[in-house]
Amino acid sequence: MSDSMRHVLSALVENKPGVLSRVTGLISRRGFNIESLSVGPTDDPTLSRMTAIVRADAVAYEQITKQLHKLVSVHKITDLTDEASIERELVLFKVNAPPERRGEIIEVANIFRAKIVDVGRNALTIEATGDEEKLRGLEDLFRTYGIKEVVRTGLIALSRG
Amino acid sequence: MMTDEKKAAGAARGAGPEAVERTAAAMGAPRGLGSKTPKQGKRMLGAEALVASLEAEGVDVLFGYPGGQAIRIYDALYDSDQITHVLARHEQGAVHMADGYARATGRPGVVVVTSGPGATNTVTGIATANMDSVPLVVITGQVSQAVIGTDSFQESDIVGITMPVVKHSFLVQSASELARTVREAFHIAVTGRPGPVLIDVPSDIASAELVFEYPDEVSIPSYKPTYKGNAKQVRAACKLIEQAERPLLYVGGGVGISDAAPELEQLMDLMGIPAVTTLMAKGALRASHPLNLGPVGMHGAKYSNLAMTECDLLIAAGARFSDRVTGRLSAFAPHAEVIHIDIDPAEIGKIREAKVPIVGDVKGVLAAMAAQLRKVGAARQDGPWLEQVRAWRERYPFYDAAVGENEGEVVPEVVMRELSARLDPQRSIVATEVGQHQMWAAQFIDREVPRSFISSGGLGTMGFGFPAAIGAAIGCPGKQVVCVAGDGSLQMNSQEMATAAINQVPVKVLVMDNRALGMVHQWQKMFYGERYSETLLEPVPDFVKLAEAYGWEGERVEAPDAVPAAIDRMLSAQGPYLLDVAISPDQSVYPMVAPGSALDDVMGAIDVAVGAVRTAMPATAPVQAPAPSPCAQIDEQFGGRWEAGPDDTAPRAGADEEGGRS
Repeated sequence: MSDSMRHVLSALVENKPGVLSRVTGLISRRGFNIESLSVGPTDDPTLSRMTAIVRADAVAYEQITKQLHKLVSVHKITDLTDEASIERELVLFKVNAPPERRGEIIEVANIFRAKIVDVGRNALTIEATGDEEKLRGLEDLFRTYGIKEVVRTGLIALSRG
Repeated sequence: MMTDEKKAAGAARGAGPEAVERTAAAMGAPRGLGSKTPKQGKRMLGAEALVASLEAEGVDVLFGYPGGQAIRIYDALYDSDQITHVLARHEQGAVHMADGYARATGRPGVVVVTSGPGATNTVTGIATANMDSVPLVVITGQVSQAVIGTDSFQESDIVGITMPVVKHSFLVQSASELARTVREAFHIAVTGRPGPVLIDVPSDIASAELVFEYPDEVSIPSYKPTYKGNAKQVRAACKLIEQAERPLLYVGGGVGISDAAPELEQLMDLMGIPAVTTLMAKGALRASHPLNLGPVGMHGAKYSNLAMTECDLLIAAGARFSDRVTGRLSAFAPHAEVIHIDIDPAEIGKIREAKVPIVGDVKGVLAAMAAQLRKVGAARQDGPWLEQVRAWRERYPFYDAAVGENEGEVVPEVVMRELSARLDPQRSIVATEVGQHQMWAAQFIDREVPRSFISSGGLGTMGFGFPAAIGAAIGCPGKQVVCVAGDGSLQMNSQEMATAAINQVPVKVLVMDNRALGMVHQWQKMFYGERYSETLLEPVPDFVKLAEAYGWEGERVEAPDAVPAAIDRMLSAQGPYLLDVAISPDQSVYPMVAPGSALDDVMGAIDVAVGAVRTAMPATAPVQAPAPSPCAQIDEQFGGRWEAGPDDTAPRAGADEEGGRS
């Protein structure tokens, strides 16, 4: 798959048991890896929003979306890749922070408008939100101090306007 | 056992597809009384509500097998006057029967089985129906909700197991949603691209009390199949048709499903467009239409394949560009622009890009195309293209007695022609198993009406055809139903001979008995140096004795000239009848396009231009002496004395060569 590219796929689905496995099963059955996935309820309690990042070429991606659309549990599929859209992810970093370096790390966090949510004897836990690029930048910086653990929510996205 | 009234009711309902408006709402509406059922508003148990729902849907035949978690449902069925239950001898058989019933009648097939193994035994049947777009409603008993997920006795996650092979599935979670679930299941199964729908019913729901309220309407906001083709796209397609010099219709199973034969013929006659048909489309377009070129693909006619390769406009109608049709994709219809009509948008552009995609019901779209072409006064072309097609057809016939193959042996092609000549095309149904006999049947049995040829096309399920024939015979009591089988396939579900006998289903089974798995054997002959690994079935049971054991009549023929009279005896038998026809395992199905070859690279087609002989026959791969086994080498070297301790990690002689491939 030479010309495969990253797609942000947003699906409005029935809020019922088994729907997640119908959707992810369909994608993986066709040999595609889901790089990121987030699911949550919407303003309508009968519907959930799933946002997935899938890497595929144009033809394969079209086939995935058409097949997803065929699922009775899927209401709507939107491709937020090309559209002007807002992408956000939340990450929790647990960073090595001996007392003498705490100040530096907090400063870095502040520049990125990240929040310190827990302080341990030798570690700081930092909450950061943003798009993939910002979070990658932050991660690179924290890596110099040593990251003990990192947890991501998966990307969520909305079209602008 | 079927009562006469029930049979009569079945016959009346099986008279033909009711003319309903072609919208999802109309086509998916209950075929029974719906909310006007006398049981509406009554207090009852979940199991009774389930049966009442099936009655409201107009179900008169159910195929199934009881078990622990389905006892309540079966108890409720005991009181149903409307529904006849056909007890299969294996759940897989039950699903194939429902499938055959649905393919033959156009109505959904309904299955009831128990949880656990009962449910898992339905999987192959469900997958078969899914691949060939057959409407089924499969109801599985489930353990009670309190113990789901605890590995309780006869528990299986059947919703999870079948997820990739169903159109949709439901796990019923409260008794109050039972009726609506059944309504939605039937609606989804029959509308749009039809398919199997599974309903998993936990036993506590079957025994819960409820007030029965059957809905007529469904409201599934996320499911709105498109029936009407886009008018702009129809006009664009017509423009291409007008401009085309070598147009060809590629007719698939969707044409049969949507009963589009009249509209298709209209378009063909109006514009003089020839058509080729897939296995699933056999009967969808009558064989006697002068522009019907018949089977295309791996074992299709050479003239059909040449037409596919040379056309400049390919109009795919309810077809999905299966690999058995296209051959090597890069060489498939290389000069053609494609118009693709399908009710399933996901089929369009999946394999071959469409210049003009049209999502919609084939019947309506073809009618709209013919109307548009008439409106713009497009003229029929009877030019060089039809001349060319006619010339190919004369030059490369499917069969020519002058070829004179297999002197003194039964010739499978001749058996099929003899059978075809004896069947009333309007009042008969042919079902097939899977393999060589299936291809011969597709090549040589002429079909004139839709739903008269039943075969597992997509999944290629051996063991499908025989139970499907039983289901078709139950659905169409006035029709002669013949299953063309192979000795391998028949042994996969031969237990259903009991079902046919007990229910007095007068199905006929013609076994093309080569004591081998003929199709794989043929590939081994052609591509694997005649290394017949596990394809010889001897000893095969005595099929005549087997038939008699089940209360059937049976007969075996070995002499070619005894075949016609034997077929006559089979067809005139009152009850179920098995005719075992001995053929040689060395017979191959021709013509053939080798897997991965271009569609016009045809082996073994008859060419009368060079004198009624098969041309481009595959060179049988040379029989190679198998590489000596390490043990044999050791024996030779050490006189059989293993304790001499040879280094048997040394590479085996010839191990780097690809064993025996041509």
